[in-house]
Amino acid sequence: MSKVEMMVNGRKVAGEVEDRTLLVHFLRENLGMTGTHVGCDTSQCGACVVHLDGKAVKSCSMLAAQASGSDVITIEGLAAGGELHPVQAAFKEHHGLQCGFCTPGMIMAAVDMINRHPGGLDEKTVRAELEGNICRCTGYHNIVKAILAASGQMSAGAARAA
Amino acid sequence: MGIEGIGARVARKEDRRFVTGAGRYVDDMVVPGMKHAAFVRSPHAHARIKGIDVTAAQAMPGVIAVLGGRELQADGIGNLICGWMIHSKDGSPMNMGAWSPLATETVRYVGDAVAIVVAETKGQARDAAEAVEIDYEELPAVTEAVAALEAGAPQIHPEANGNLIYDWEIGEAKAVDEAISRAAHVTRMRIVNNRLVPNAMEPRAALGHYDKAEDHYTCWTTSQNPHVARLVMSAFYNVAPENKLRVIAPDVGGGFGSKIYIYPEEIVCLWASKKSGVPVKWVADRTESFLTDAHGRDHVSEVQMAFDADNRMTALKVDTIANFGAYMSLFSSAVPTYLYATLLSGQYVIPAIHANVRAVYTNTAPVDAYRGAGRPEATYLLERIVETAARELGVPPAELRRKNFIREFPYQTPVIMNYDAGDYEASLSAAMEAADYAGFEKRRDEAKARGKLRGIGMSCYIEACGIAPSAAVGSLGAGVGLWESAEVRVNAAGTIEVLTGSHSHGQGHETTFAQLVSDRFGVGIDTVNIVHGDTDKVQMGMGTYGSRSGAVGMSAIVKALDKVEKKAKKIAAHLMEADEGDIVIENGECKVAGTDKTVPWFQVALAAYTAHNLPEGMEPGLKEGAFYDPSNFTFPAGCYICEVEVDPDTGKTEIVQFVAADDFGNIINPMIVEGQVHGGIAQGVGQALLEGTRYDPGSGQLVTASYMDYTMPRADDLPSFQVSTSNTPCPGNPLGIKGCGEAGAIGSPPAVINAITDAIGTNDLTMPATPQAVWSALKSATRH
Repeated sequence: MSKVEMMVNGRKVAGEVEDRTLLVHFLRENLGMTGTHVGCDTSQCGACVVHLDGKAVKSCSMLAAQASGSDVITIEGLAAGGELHPVQAAFKEHHGLQCGFCTPGMIMAAVDMINRHPGGLDEKTVRAELEGNICRCTGYHNIVKAILAASGQMSAGAARAA
Repeated sequence: MGIEGIGARVARKEDRRFVTGAGRYVDDMVVPGMKHAAFVRSPHAHARIKGIDVTAAQAMPGVIAVLGGRELQADGIGNLICGWMIHSKDGSPMNMGAWSPLATETVRYVGDAVAIVVAETKGQARDAAEAVEIDYEELPAVTEAVAALEAGAPQIHPEANGNLIYDWEIGEAKAVDEAISRAAHVTRMRIVNNRLVPNAMEPRAALGHYDKAEDHYTCWTTSQNPHVARLVMSAFYNVAPENKLRVIAPDVGGGFGSKIYIYPEEIVCLWASKKSGVPVKWVADRTESFLTDAHGRDHVSEVQMAFDADNRMTALKVDTIANFGAYMSLFSSAVPTYLYATLLSGQYVIPAIHANVRAVYTNTAPVDAYRGAGRPEATYLLERIVETAARELGVPPAELRRKNFIREFPYQTPVIMNYDAGDYEASLSAAMEAADYAGFEKRRDEAKARGKLRGIGMSCYIEACGIAPSAAVGSLGAGVGLWESAEVRVNAAGTIEVLTGSHSHGQGHETTFAQLVSDRFGVGIDTVNIVHGDTDKVQMGMGTYGSRSGAVGMSAIVKALDKVEKKAKKIAAHLMEADEGDIVIENGECKVAGTDKTVPWFQVALAAYTAHNLPEGMEPGLKEGAFYDPSNFTFPAGCYICEVEVDPDTGKTEIVQFVAADDFGNIINPMIVEGQVHGGIAQGVGQALLEGTRYDPGSGQLVTASYMDYTMPRADDLPSFQVSTSNTPCPGNPLGIKGCGEAGAIGSPPAVINAITDAIGTNDLTMPATPQAVWSALKSATRH
C-alpha cells in the first residue's frame, strides 16, 4: 500500500492506495471525482486527461503514488466560481460534444494546447495536437471549431491584459 | 418558430453537466455495499469445456463469489435470443443456436463468457478471474463466413447444419436473370464490406442490485433502450418479473447500435447480485469491448447490374454471405435482410431486383446493427457498382445516376419499400456545386504537377429510418412493435416535463425535444425537462436506434402535446369566457384571437390543478400521454462527394474535400443535425480508410483488439466537412422529419472509395484503403 497526498482542484487530499492504483482510479474511486473517464487500456483515447503541475497528462498512464506531492486540476476544477472556462463555453456554443464521454479529456487537452500556443492556433495544428484524444461522435469538426474559437478568445484576452 | 422553437440553432441544455465533468455514466454509480465483477472469458475461438475448477480463485483475497453457467441454468436463467424471425426461402425458420449467458459445454469465440468473479475490488476480481482453471479441449475454428459454408468446415452449433442460419431471398430471380441475358451491358463485381467494431467511447457496463427485503432488482446499464432490456430480461431470460425489475440507462457515452442489445453481462450481474448478496458492478475494459461488443457489417457479395443500350438500369442481382459471428445477437437477423436488401433499389428505377442472403455462424464476436445497419452495406454495393458501370460505359458518373433517378413519388420499388418523397436531383446538384465538380480536372492537373494523384468520387444514398409500422414489421418477423411513447406533464406552476421512451446517448434530446414544447406553447426550453432512460419513470418505450427518435419519438410527443393543448385551450376559454376555437397559445400566454384578452400559461396550469374553476365535468390536472405508431418508414437521401489526393510513393490518402448534401425533411435543430452528419461521415471515412477488424484465421484470435491495433479516426485523419441540407418534408409523420443519425455513415464509404479508385486508376481496392492497400493496388494496376 502507498500513502499519497496531493492538491486536487486546490484542495489538499490524502489516501492510502494499493501500489498499482493509477491516478485516474484514485481520482474516480477514492475521491469520487468521476468527471475524469477511462475509455481504453492503452493510453490512446485521452478521456482521462488531467493537468498535473500545469501540464496535461493521461491519468491512466501514471500511478497515484507518482502523482503524490503534485498539484492536479481535473475537469471539475476548471470552471472558476460557477463561470464556465472559455474552452468549456466554446465546446457548448460550437456543439463540440455529443455523448460527452470524451469531453472532459478533450477539454483538458485543449486548455493545455491553447496554453502552449499563446500566439494562437490554426486548424492543422489543432488537428495534429489532438492525436492523443479520440472522439467517436463528432467527427472532430466542431471540436476543432470550438478550440479555435476559445484560442482566439483567450489570446485576445491575454493581449488585452498585457 | 420562436428563438427556441422548431428550426432554431439552440445550444444544448445538457452540455453544462458534460463540460463540467458532472455527467453520470454507469461506471460513476455507487451503491452502498457495491462490489466489483470480472468475467472469465474463453481464450479459444472454439473449444469444449471439460472442467472448471474455481477452488484457487475462491481462496484469493477479497473474493466473494465465483459463479458459472451450470448454477445460472439451475436457477432458470434463459438463453439469449434473436428477436426477429427470418424464414429461409424453403419456408423453414432460421436455425438459431443456443446462447447461454455463461457457457457450460462449448465456447464459440474468443471472449465468450464462462464465469463471473465478484470481489471487494476490481483488481482482486481480475486477479481471481485469472486463477479460475478451465480445462479446454480445443476444436478447429473458422472466422470467415465464406469458409464457414464450405464442406468440412468446423460445425459451430448443432442447430445450424453447415453453419447456415438462413438462406433467404427477396425479389424475382427469373425476371432478373432474363433482364441480364438481354442486357446491352452487365457490370459484375465482388464486393466486401469490412467488419467494424462500433467503439462507443464509453465501454459497456452493468450494475446489478438485488434488494432482498423488497425482492426487487435494479439494473444500471449502458443501454440505448432500457425498456426493451427490461422486457427481454423478464419475458425471455427469466431474470425477474417486469414489476420486480427496474432498468436505468443514465448518461450513456455513445452507442451506434452496439448498446441496443441485451448482453450476457447485465443478466449475469443481476443474477450474481442475488446469488452473492451484494450489488455487483462490471465495467468492460477496452479490449473486452473489442472482443464482446456486437460488431458490424462483414458481408461478401457477388453483384451484377444490367443496362440497356440507352444506359438505363434493367436489373440488379445480388448474392450476399453475411457473417453473424458465434451467436445470433438480438436484432442480427433483420440487418442483412429487411434493413439491407429492401434498400437495394437505391435512388434508381431498377425494374428487376433479386437478392439472396445467406447468414452464417463463425467463431467470431456476434454481429448486429452498427450505425446504418444494412443500409451502408446496400449503399456501398450499389454506389460502387454504379460508379464502376459509369467507368465501363464511358459515361460521367453523375450523368449515369441522373438518367436512372426515381423522379416521381410515391415510388414502389421491387423490394418492398414505398418511397414517399424525395428530390435526388436537388442533392446531387447541390453537392456538385459545393464541391466545384466542374473545376475538378484543373485541380487534378495541379496535383499531378506536385506528384499527387487526385481523384473525385460520389455516392447517392437512400436509407429507411423511423422503423416502422408495428404491424408491418410484425408481419416480417419482428418480435416487438416499433412505436414510441410520450407523456407531457404540465406542472401546477406551468413548467413542463416530457417523458419519452426514446433514449439520448449523444443525440441531444434534452434540447430538441424541449424545442418542440417551446414551439408549441412559446415557453423557454429552460422550463421544460426531458425525462428518459428509467423504467420506473417512463412506463414503456422502444428506445433509440435506426434514426427513429425524431420521426417516431418526437411524433409521439406531438400527439401528447396536441392533447395537452386541447385541454389547456378549454381551460383558457373557460377562464376568459371565450370560445375554445378562438384561443391561441403563444409566447407563454393563452389569448383570445383578435382581442387583448390574455391569461398567462402558468395560470392555466394552476387552474388545472386548483380545480376551483374548471369547465363543467372536466377532470383536474394537465397531463397527457400518447403512443405513436408510424405509417411508413421515412426515406432520408442525399449525395456525398469526396475528393482525395493519394501519394503514389506511400499509398497514403488525404481527404482534401468532403461535401454532404442531405435531405432529412424538416429539421428541429440544424446545429445538432450537422453534428450528426459530421460524426456519421467520420465513421464512414473510418470504415473506408482505417478500420480493419482482423481475426487470425488459424487461431481465431482478434488481433485488432485495442487502439494500438484498430485504427480509430483521429482529428488529423479528417478534414472539416461541407454540409448542407435540402428539404422534401416527410408526408408520413406530423413533423415532416426523416431522421439524420445514420446518413453520414451510410453515404460516405462509397464516395471515398470511388474517389481513391478514380485517383489511382484501378478499381481493385477493398476497405479499409490503408496506405499499404492503396500502394499495392496502384502497383498492380494499369490506368483505366
